[in-house]
Amino acid sequence: MSEKAFIIQSSPHFQDKDSVPKIMITVIIALLPAVAASVYFFRLRAIGLYISCLVACLLTEAIFLWIRKKPFQSLWDGSVVITGLLLAMTLPPTLSLELAIIGSVVAVAIGKQVFGGLGHNIFNPALVGRAFLQTAFPVAMTTWLPPVTLAVDAVTYATPLGNLKFQEAVVQGTLTPIRQLFWGNTGGCIGETSAIALLLGALLLITKKTIDWRIPAGILLALTAFTGVFWIAGPDKYASPAFHILAGGLLIGAFYMATDMVTSPIYSKAIWIYALGIGIMVGLVRLFGGFPEGVMYSILFMNTFVPLLNRTFKPRILGERRRTS
Amino acid sequence: MKTKTFPHGIHPPEGKESTVEKKLEFLPPPEKVVIPMHQHFGNPAEPLVKKGEEVFLGQKIGEATSLFSASVHASVSGKVLSVDGHNHPLGKPVLSVTLANDGEDRVYPEWEETEHPFEFDPDQIRKKVKDAGVVGLGGAAFPTAVKITPPKDKPIDTVIINGCECEPILTADYRLMMEYPDEILKGAELVRIATGADRTLVGIEDNKKKAFDLLHQRAASYSAEVFLVKTKYPQGAEKNLIYALLGREVPRGGLPFDVGVVVQNVGTAKAVWDAVKTGKTLYERALTVSGDGVKEPKNLIARIGTPFQAVTDCCGGIGEDVNLVIMGGPMMGLSQWNLDVPVIKGTSGILAWSSPKPTTEFSCIRCGRCVEHCPMGLVPTQLMKYVKYEQLPEAENWGALDCVECGSCQYSCPAKIPLVHWIRLGKNQIMSQKRKKSA
Repeated sequence: MSEKAFIIQSSPHFQDKDSVPKIMITVIIALLPAVAASVYFFRLRAIGLYISCLVACLLTEAIFLWIRKKPFQSLWDGSVVITGLLLAMTLPPTLSLELAIIGSVVAVAIGKQVFGGLGHNIFNPALVGRAFLQTAFPVAMTTWLPPVTLAVDAVTYATPLGNLKFQEAVVQGTLTPIRQLFWGNTGGCIGETSAIALLLGALLLITKKTIDWRIPAGILLALTAFTGVFWIAGPDKYASPAFHILAGGLLIGAFYMATDMVTSPIYSKAIWIYALGIGIMVGLVRLFGGFPEGVMYSILFMNTFVPLLNRTFKPRILGERRRTS
Repeated sequence: MKTKTFPHGIHPPEGKESTVEKKLEFLPPPEKVVIPMHQHFGNPAEPLVKKGEEVFLGQKIGEATSLFSASVHASVSGKVLSVDGHNHPLGKPVLSVTLANDGEDRVYPEWEETEHPFEFDPDQIRKKVKDAGVVGLGGAAFPTAVKITPPKDKPIDTVIINGCECEPILTADYRLMMEYPDEILKGAELVRIATGADRTLVGIEDNKKKAFDLLHQRAASYSAEVFLVKTKYPQGAEKNLIYALLGREVPRGGLPFDVGVVVQNVGTAKAVWDAVKTGKTLYERALTVSGDGVKEPKNLIARIGTPFQAVTDCCGGIGEDVNLVIMGGPMMGLSQWNLDVPVIKGTSGILAWSSPKPTTEFSCIRCGRCVEHCPMGLVPTQLMKYVKYEQLPEAENWGALDCVECGSCQYSCPAKIPLVHWIRLGKNQIMSQKRKKSA
């Protein structure tokens, strides 16, 4: 008889090759076109923001892991790199690097680690960092620059949505052309301006099933419907749904932030409610709120409801009686 | 014809190429067999023989002790060497009868051949099946006599014969369908008579088109309908197959009886036919020996009680680097710590390969893939958390007991969390609490 002892392990003995780091690396790869676009449009300012955010996020994560006596494994799972990239991408090009670093520390420390690290946070960490900066340094966070590719002689410059809200761009006929929004040759947070670059990455994420297509679909659907109604009723006063989709942070939010697995629901019904909720919130803020842009707050707001949605709309177990009465 | 299927599930690599064309070979009976008294779902059998006694091939050596039990038979003729505890594929030592094979295969003289088995009434069929110790050969080894005795208040209208073989790597059921199509269909007809059902449906996954064509062609003479179902795991899980073929949902905690259905595996159908037609008791079964660590993968008909070592030796032995040996399929099979365990009635395969080091476990990132793939509509990640943090009532509330342990969740988990392990632990704890309460 063989004396050799084999491994005893719980079934199943087959496992899919996909893993958490692979998912994270796919997201990072998907972000690269938009990162490249931001560097093209904002040059050194973009590079400076990326470096400071990435270094600050990684350091903060490392310090927290050390304090919490956790293995350093999660430093390399890629999630903190995504947080750093996304935070940098949602910052205005004029922001000083100190503020970017402060935002990064808040994103990782308050947005992620205080909840217990990867998988336990309620809010999207990058957006927590950004929301902090927006509240604490509102002027710095709303001072814009035109991209270096745009021949505008100006020290400051309004974003397409700022123009729409505060300059009555539709009435004045100064609305940023769709074409410019599509390529990204316009003002805004460094990573959000180029729609084509963001969509390129999104295509990868959807074909590889890294993100749930229902989330961006629901957001775009709700926003189109919401802004569409007003546009049809008053095209001389309201911008078109196409403008709302391509302008500001909608695309980066819908494809890269609302889809964050940790902070989005896990079942069909809950996913649709979450996504439609974000879309409607964005429409409400943009059309009737005090801010020109509402993507960040809409996502954070709907993040709040995720645990509740997950509990309320749990899937029906096979053989469970349908609620008929 | 449109292939039928169920929602969710996964599609793991099939890995059936190495044995799919290998005909079933009769494994030469070994010099010694070890026959455990407990090879089935339910209570163990009571040994009927003592050390030194001579037994015939197919003779009953263990008596079913209760309704939920099955009798056990000698798989060789020869002398009883011992009646004591022996290693068992399920992990714990089990009271077993060890027989020395005299090499003559003297058949038990009391087997009765029947001329017209289809004229039997349900009770006669059930008695034959019970006497032969037939259990479900798909893996769970539920006593078949119980399964073909529907409660009075639950009329059965449909018998489903399960030819899915959705577990990767295994091909023994496919070979049975290719080589014994008539026996399977005749056994199915006997099950139909015993349960009083109106019709018989056979479900075969569409990666086994040849078996479908063959059975479809033969079925006409046996009032059975053969259907292709989609190649998807776990298509062969009882509740999912019923849903795929009939659109009926077995109620939570219920049995197929509750929706008028009895499901039998193809191997079981053949065993029923053998038992009723010839009186042959269940002393051998078909199994696949495969995996990268097996030198000559084969499909075998092996005597119950053959040590795994003798089985793998007949397949060229296993590689030096093999560190994982599984009884059953790769999705639901049980890992073995050595080869000194016998083939039992539930052994659908013996697989061996060298498994890489277990991957590091990550935190759950709530990607929802386990929910997307669970064929029962459960939330495995939530169940895992409830069990881990000892919130058993919540785990039960979220359907822990509905889990069939198919492994689809863990297969698709990118964080490599042993979800099935946690849920199984929770199920055991919930059940033992229930037993304590009722005691």
